[in-house]
Amino acid sequence: MTSKQTISKSAFWAGYRDCAPFILVAAPFAMLFGVAATELGMSLVQTMTMTVMVIAGAAQFTALILLQDHAPTLIVIITALAVNLRMAMYAAALVPYLGKASPGMKLLVAYFNMDQTFGLASTRYPVEPDWSVRDRFLYFVGAALSITPFWVTFSFIGAAFGAAIPPEFSLDFAMPICFIAIIAPALRSLPHILAAGASVICALAFSWIPFSLGLIIAAIIAMLVGAQAELWMEKRKK
Amino acid sequence: MTVDPTQIWIVIVGLAIGTFFIRWSFLGLLGDRELPEWALRHLRYTAVAILPGLIAPLILWPSATGGNTDPARLIAAIVAFGVGTWRKSAIATIFSGLITLYALQYLLA
Repeated sequence: MTSKQTISKSAFWAGYRDCAPFILVAAPFAMLFGVAATELGMSLVQTMTMTVMVIAGAAQFTALILLQDHAPTLIVIITALAVNLRMAMYAAALVPYLGKASPGMKLLVAYFNMDQTFGLASTRYPVEPDWSVRDRFLYFVGAALSITPFWVTFSFIGAAFGAAIPPEFSLDFAMPICFIAIIAPALRSLPHILAAGASVICALAFSWIPFSLGLIIAAIIAMLVGAQAELWMEKRKK
Repeated sequence: MTVDPTQIWIVIVGLAIGTFFIRWSFLGLLGDRELPEWALRHLRYTAVAILPGLIAPLILWPSATGGNTDPARLIAAIVAFGVGTWRKSAIATIFSGLITLYALQYLLA
């Protein structure tokens, strides 16, 4: 075995190991998604198709909530996709490291381009200057293959057995709790906190607007608040 | 509560294709072009701009209690939020919220 192959193999397992702790978070999320989807009336096939094809927890939960509110189909899709827009930023940030990868590799990386895999890769790539494009690709895939099987399996468990959970467990509240678990740790700067606050206030103030359009307006305002707050803080620092 | 299966399928397919395109976008299609700074500045806040507004009504007016504010759910949400911002841990957030909810439902019942 040449030393080059050795790096490739170890890059895959490094990704696999680095991503393993996230299984602890992904498993309960996935299970609660399965339960919530079943509660909404989605079939097992629908729930699993969504889990495998979308693999983006926050956007999947967003779609469920809006479907539950009887929002129009287009609004459901647009709002859930807006939740995923951050991944366009991830794709752009990967270009310096994976821009030279083959089209097939890029398709696979794109499919697995998630908060966890991107977060790990963007931390690891800069400190591994010896890695080839292939090593970087394998690291990414290793991380994804560590978490994804659990994501799919636990979603299935939730969907298949969720109906057996008695109502005393108030699983309706699992969805808000999951979202709080995504948002609260992400409030790491003042602009993030201001954006979140603006989002809540505007969404409640605009909740009378039909077709769940109030949420989209609230999100645009909150995004502008975050971006402006960031600009303002940068100017103050100078 | 039932939703039209056709609508669900359209949402699944639309979301799957759209999400994949977003994930692939700059890596696969646009190659080496860099995103302008103003775009990055707004993209950074997309998730945090949508998700809080999405759940605020679910916490204040839960459908499980007929849209009336439920003290147990409200307090559980506040505790979970506090723990989440303090510990920066998703697991701690989920467990603190659920334990608070169950404890309050037991005590208030």
